[in-house]
Amino acid sequence: MDNNLILDIENLVVRFETDDGTVRAVNGLNLQLEKGHAVGLVGETGAGKTTTALSILRLVPDPPGVVECEKLLLDGQDIINMPIKDLEKIRGKDVSMIFQDPMTALNPVFTVGEQIAESIFLHEDVSKAEAYKRALDMLELVGIPAERANEYPHQFSGGMKQRVIIAIALACHPKLLIADEPTTALDVTIQAQMLDLIRSLREKYSTSLIMITHDLGIVAEICDEVAVMYAGNVIEKGTLEDVFNRTKHPYTEGLFNSIPNLNDRKVMLTPIKGFTPDPTNLPPGCAFEPRCPYACENCLKEQKDIYISDTHFVRCSRYEEDGFSIDRKEIQ
Amino acid sequence: MARKNKKAAASGQKEYKKRSLAAEVWRNYKKNPSAMIALFLVIVIVFVAIFAQFFYDFKKDIVKQHVKEKFQKPSAEHWFGTDNYGRDVFTRVIYGTKYSLSVGVVAVAISCIVGVSLGLIAGYYGGVIEDLILRFCEVFTGIPSILMGVALMTAFGQSIGVLMLAIGLVYSPMYCRTTRAAVLPVRDQEYIEAARVAGVGDLGIMFNHVLPNALSPIIVQVTMGIASAILCASGLSFLGLGVPIPMPEWGAMLSEGREFMRDYMYLTIFPGLAIMITVLSFNLMGDGLRDALDPKLKQ
Amino acid sequence: MARYILRRLLLMIPVLICVSFVVFFLMDLAPGDIVSQMAPADATPEQIEMLREELGLNGTVLQRYGRYLWNLLHGDMGTSLSLKRPVIEVFVERLPATLKLAFASIVIALAISIPLGIAAATHHRTWLDGSSVVLSMLSVSMPAFWLGLLLIFAFSYRIKIFPSGGSGTFKHLILPALTLGTEQAGNLTRITRSSMLDVIRQDYLRTARAKGVSEKYVIRKHALKNALIPIITVLGSTLGNAFGGAVAIETVFAWPGIGRLTVAAINSRDMTLATGCIIMFTLMLNMTLLVVDIAYAYVDPRVKARYSK
Repeated sequence: MDNNLILDIENLVVRFETDDGTVRAVNGLNLQLEKGHAVGLVGETGAGKTTTALSILRLVPDPPGVVECEKLLLDGQDIINMPIKDLEKIRGKDVSMIFQDPMTALNPVFTVGEQIAESIFLHEDVSKAEAYKRALDMLELVGIPAERANEYPHQFSGGMKQRVIIAIALACHPKLLIADEPTTALDVTIQAQMLDLIRSLREKYSTSLIMITHDLGIVAEICDEVAVMYAGNVIEKGTLEDVFNRTKHPYTEGLFNSIPNLNDRKVMLTPIKGFTPDPTNLPPGCAFEPRCPYACENCLKEQKDIYISDTHFVRCSRYEEDGFSIDRKEIQ
Repeated sequence: MARKNKKAAASGQKEYKKRSLAAEVWRNYKKNPSAMIALFLVIVIVFVAIFAQFFYDFKKDIVKQHVKEKFQKPSAEHWFGTDNYGRDVFTRVIYGTKYSLSVGVVAVAISCIVGVSLGLIAGYYGGVIEDLILRFCEVFTGIPSILMGVALMTAFGQSIGVLMLAIGLVYSPMYCRTTRAAVLPVRDQEYIEAARVAGVGDLGIMFNHVLPNALSPIIVQVTMGIASAILCASGLSFLGLGVPIPMPEWGAMLSEGREFMRDYMYLTIFPGLAIMITVLSFNLMGDGLRDALDPKLKQ
Repeated sequence: MARYILRRLLLMIPVLICVSFVVFFLMDLAPGDIVSQMAPADATPEQIEMLREELGLNGTVLQRYGRYLWNLLHGDMGTSLSLKRPVIEVFVERLPATLKLAFASIVIALAISIPLGIAAATHHRTWLDGSSVVLSMLSVSMPAFWLGLLLIFAFSYRIKIFPSGGSGTFKHLILPALTLGTEQAGNLTRITRSSMLDVIRQDYLRTARAKGVSEKYVIRKHALKNALIPIITVLGSTLGNAFGGAVAIETVFAWPGIGRLTVAAINSRDMTLATGCIIMFTLMLNMTLLVVDIAYAYVDPRVKARYSK
C-alpha cells in the first residue's frame, strides 16, 4: 500500500517562534494521499492549511518557522532530511504549488515566458531556447496566446496571471500539485474557468492534487477525498461521501451548517459560536472543545484518530463512547 | 498566510487597549537598544551645549592664547592636548557643542518653516501651484548643496546667523518634498472632505487635519535633518566659510588643526570625533523614531 | 521613450536659466569688487570705470544679467575674470579630474555596498547584519573630509605608500576615491539592505523557490533585479554628490576638480566662472538624473510602459 502513496505525512509539527510568543501553526498532523487522487484541505483561515502545504516543499520561512515530523515522504522520498540541493530538484519537478494571490506571485521584472521557461530549463535537460519554446506551448495549453509570452505580469489581468502561475506549476508535469486557494482572489466567473483548467490538466497528466480551500463547493467539484483542518490538525478525513454524507466531527458539522442552502431557503444558518483559538495559546486536548456543543470532560485530554472505516477517520474522543452521534443526519 | 492572519488578529486585540500615539511610539522606541543609547547621547549633547557656557569663560578659557603651552600631547591636565596657541582642546570641543547644535537645530527649524509650508500648500492645493513649487524645489536641488551653501555664505557674509539661514534654505526643498509626499495620500481621505463640509477653512484643514496625519515622515526627516545640517555646517566651516574664527566650531577647529596634522594628529581627531558622535546620535535616533512610528516597516 | 527624453531635456532649460539667475544675483550681493582688485593699485576711479566697461561689468545687475543670459543662450559662457580665459575652456580642463574621482569612488562604493547590503538582508538579524548597519551608520555620520584626513595620516604620513595630495598618477587617485567611496557606500548599503529586505518578503520569491530555483539565484536573479530600483534612485543622487559635493574632499587632497574650481571662483568674486561652473554642475546633475530614469525603464518594465505613453 505504501508504494501507492504520493504523500505520507506523520505527526507534522510546525511552530513559529516570534517575539510575541510561539505560534503553533500545525500540531501533529497526519495526512496520506494515494497517487492520482485529489484531496481537499478544508478549514477556516488560520487553520494551518498553507503552512502544511509549504512544509511539503520545505518552504516554511526559517526563521521564525520550525518544522518537525516523524515522517514526510513524497513519492517515497524523505523530504525532511533531504539535502537542499536535492530538494531544489524536486521543487517544481515532482511537486508544484499554485499560490493564493496571483497578483503578487509573479516576478514583475521578468516576462511571463521567461518565468515559465525557467522552470523547464531547471528541471529538464534542454537548452534555453528549447525551454522557451516549450513555455510557449504551456501558455497555449492554459489558454493564453503564445504571442503574449514576452509581456510582463503587469500587462495581465488577475485571471490571466493565475493561468500563467498554473502554467509554471504544471510546466514539468509534477506528480503532486498543491493548489492554495487558487480561486479566492478571482471573480466568480473566472473561478469556474480556473477549476475547469486545473481539472482537465490534472486528468491529462494524472497529477495528484491537494486543493486547499475554505469552499466546500470547490471540494465537492474537484476532489475525491476531504481532510478537514482545525487549529493545525486534520480533525476528520475521508472520501467525499464519508465526510459530506456521514459527517462525524462536530466541527465539520458546524461547517456544513454555516453554508446557505439554496434548495431550502427557510433553513436557518447556524454559525459556529466563538472564534478560532489563539495559536499562541491553544487549549489542552481538543482545540475545538471551547466551541463544541458536544464537549465533555474527556475532550480536555489528548485526542487520537478514531477510524470509522478504512477510508474515514475522525479526531474526536467522544466516538470512543458507544452510541455517540452528532445531530447531522447521515445522507444515504 | 496562516501566520499573517494570526498576527493581524493579535494586533487587533492590542488596539482594544487604548493608548495615545505618543505612548505607543515610546513603547516601540524603548525596545530598540541602539536608539535608546542615541537618545541618551542626544540628551547629554543638548545638556553640554546649554550648560558649557556657564562653566567656561569665553575670553579666558576658549580664545585666550597660552603660547608657552602650545602643542601639548593629551595628558591628565589637557585631556585632548593643546593647540597651536596653547588652548585646551577638550575645553574648546565641549564649548563648541553649542555652535554645531544650534546651527543644526535652527537650520532645521528654518527648513521646516519654509519646506513644510511649501510642501503642505503643494500637496493640499495640487495643480499649477504644486507644479510651480516642485519646479522651484528642482532648481534648488539641482545645485550641489555645499556649493549653494558657499554661494549663500559669500553673498551674505560670514556669520553664524547666515550659516543657519544658508543651511536652512539649502535643505528646505527636501522638507517640501517629504511633506508633499506625506500629504498626498491624506489629501483625498474622507475625513478631510468631512472637515470641509463642516465649514473648516483651508488653513484650518491644512494644519489641524492634514499635517497631523502626515507628521511621521516629517518627524523622522527633522531628526535626521539635524544630523545632515551639522555635517554640512562643519563642511562649510572646514572650507573657511562657516562660523568665523576664533569661535571653537568643530569644523573650523579641524581646519586649523589640519595644518599641524603630520605631527599633532590629535588636533584633528577630537573635533572630528565630536562631529561624528553628534551626527551619529541624531541619525540613530531618527532611525529608531522611524521604526517606532511605523512598525510595519520594521521586520 | 525618445519623446520622453526630449521632453525632459527641454524641461532642463528653464531650470538652468533659474539656476543662472539665482547664482548671478547671489554673486552680485557678495561684498568685494573684482574690478578694483584687478585694476592697478594707483588706478584713478575713471580708469577703474573704464576697465569695468571693458570687462562688460558696467550697468545695473539686471542689465548685466541680461547680457550674460543673452550670451549664454547663444552658447557663450563668457570669460573668467580671474583667469582671463573662456569659462568653458577652464571647465573642460578640470572636468576629467572630477569625472575620474567620481567614477572611481562610485566603483568602490558599489563594490562595498551591494554585496554587503545583500548579505545583511539575507542574514537578517545576525551579527553580519548588525555590523553592516553599524558600519554604514558610521560612514554616513562621519564628515568625509575628516575620514580623508585620517587616511592621509595613516597612509601617507605613517605608512608612506600613497601621496597626501595632488593628482596625476593612479596612486594619487586611491585615497580620495576611497574617502568619497566610503562615504557613499554607507548610504548605498543602507538602501540596498532595506530594499532587499523588502523584496525578500515578496510572494514571487516563494514562487521562484517553489519552482526549484536555488537560493543563490533566487537572491541574485529574482530578488536583486527588483531591489535595484530604489538602489538606482540613490545611486543617481550619489553620483550628483560625487560631482559637486566633494568640494571638501577635493580641498583635503588638493584634487584639481571642478568643485574646488567653483569655490575658488566664488571666493575671488569671479562671477562668470562661478555662475558658469554651477550651471554646468546643474546640467550634469540633471543629466545624471535623466540617465537614472532611463535606467529604471530597463530594470522595471512597469516604468518603461509609463514612459512610452
